[in-house]
Amino acid sequence: MSVRSKVIEAIQQIAREQHVTLPALSDDLSLHETGFDSLAFAILVARLEDETGVDPFTISEDAAFPATVGDFVRAYENVPA
Amino acid sequence: MSPREIFALRDHLGAELKGRNLSDAHHVVSLTDILSQTVLVGRLRELSGRAVLLKLSDQLRSGLAMIELDGIVRRMLLCPPDLDPAHLDALIADAGIDAVVTDEPDRWTATGVSLVVTAQLPLQSTAPAQTESATEWLMLTSGTSGVPKIVGHTLEALTGAIVAEGPAKGPAPVWATFYDIRRYGGLQIFLRAVLSGGSMVLSDPHEALADHVARLNARGVSHISGTPSHWRKLLMSGSAAQFAPGYVRLSGEIADQAVLDGLKAAFPNSSVGHAYASTEAGVGFAVNDGLEGFPANYLGNRNGVEMKVVDGSLRIRSTRTAHAYIGRNAAALTDGDGFVDSGDIVELRGDRYYFVGRRGGIINIGGLKVHPEEIEAAINRHPDVRMSRAKSRRSPITGGIVVADVILADGTDQARAKEIRDQILDQCRAQLASHKVPAVVRFVEALDVTPAGKLARTDA
Repeated sequence: MSVRSKVIEAIQQIAREQHVTLPALSDDLSLHETGFDSLAFAILVARLEDETGVDPFTISEDAAFPATVGDFVRAYENVPA
Repeated sequence: MSPREIFALRDHLGAELKGRNLSDAHHVVSLTDILSQTVLVGRLRELSGRAVLLKLSDQLRSGLAMIELDGIVRRMLLCPPDLDPAHLDALIADAGIDAVVTDEPDRWTATGVSLVVTAQLPLQSTAPAQTESATEWLMLTSGTSGVPKIVGHTLEALTGAIVAEGPAKGPAPVWATFYDIRRYGGLQIFLRAVLSGGSMVLSDPHEALADHVARLNARGVSHISGTPSHWRKLLMSGSAAQFAPGYVRLSGEIADQAVLDGLKAAFPNSSVGHAYASTEAGVGFAVNDGLEGFPANYLGNRNGVEMKVVDGSLRIRSTRTAHAYIGRNAAALTDGDGFVDSGDIVELRGDRYYFVGRRGGIINIGGLKVHPEEIEAAINRHPDVRMSRAKSRRSPITGGIVVADVILADGTDQARAKEIRDQILDQCRAQLASHKVPAVVRFVEALDVTPAGKLARTDA
């Protein structure tokens, strides 16, 4: 499974659990518009760390938190293996 | 008026009761004629009036030494098996120790302790000793780090709850416990066995659980106690099916409804009860209605035990509490009114109080205080869950999140893991505030339990 599909699947799983209705997940959708609160993002980042072995937001001290879904996916895609 | 009579353990051990014994995995020692025998190679007289450190490799000789020393020595400090030797010097200084009872005398030759007595089996014959004075019993707290605190008790305080219950009905009980008898929970059971005219089967840390249960059966154990973690391990082991004790007791950790129901199902013909006790607060109460928590009307004064809740924490005053912390910089054990603050946080729901966790065990989730025990109780309600542990994990988004490690019941189909995880999360969402719902649920094969029988909480 590609990194992108892992990320999207995790977002959808958490949306189901949190009863959040997601809009279509296009790359330029702002994360704010997903309907996720900070707890939902914290869950997402923790689960992706377990699945992929990386937490791109803790590794780099100065990494800005992404603004859009596309930025978020790329943060995982761009981590060196 | 004559001075108040002093009772020591030996005064409960007459030869008139036949067939009593104390056993471990290797030896059976008759208690019937124990007063004319010595585990101290006949050197009890030398220890009279001394402050004695009891440091032995096994529970059997420890128990026999307690029987012999009580009422003769001034103080007796019980060392549990996992005591870090690096703390010994501080404990010896704080307790004013001037004698050691050990099975490793060579280790003590170069220390400042002047009198070293070796405890050994087989027992030797001796003239029975007479009780001289009340011995102060010193026990260690089971804290996670640093030098343990020394807690001072009297035999009268230690046995207050046992005496209040009165003699057991029916045949003399055969007691057992998963605890070590050098800790408060285990010592309670040892004292029950001695005072009740019964026998006791000791645990062995090197023995497999199935072998332990076989031994409990072979010795006819009728009454047995342990922590909820001990009991969950037994329920998971598959060994419970061969065992049918009359009375099953839980203490030392929160007994949630899941473990109470699990034990009732595993032992349908047994009484299952949970007791509230701690090294400092002594035995508070027992709950025998099969439900978690305790009735709200236990607060106030009940059978000489006074309880109140201050800032959510249970406080206890009774003649069964310890009387002081011992040592050079010892803190006060009670508040100004003589109440021990247990640090156990309770919550009133309806007409019952429920334990939600330890004040010192709170984890911080995004600035909110969370008791991991409350989350575990919610997870444990799932019928396929046997045991769980909640803890905090760093999060770059919220600072911290809850994660849970879960052990599934024996024989759970691994293919159902995802479905069970979703059900656990649904259940937690229905019962807990959203920040308490685990972000991640991991299934694990085992969870660490401390030597004191409690779930290990390294991050707490």
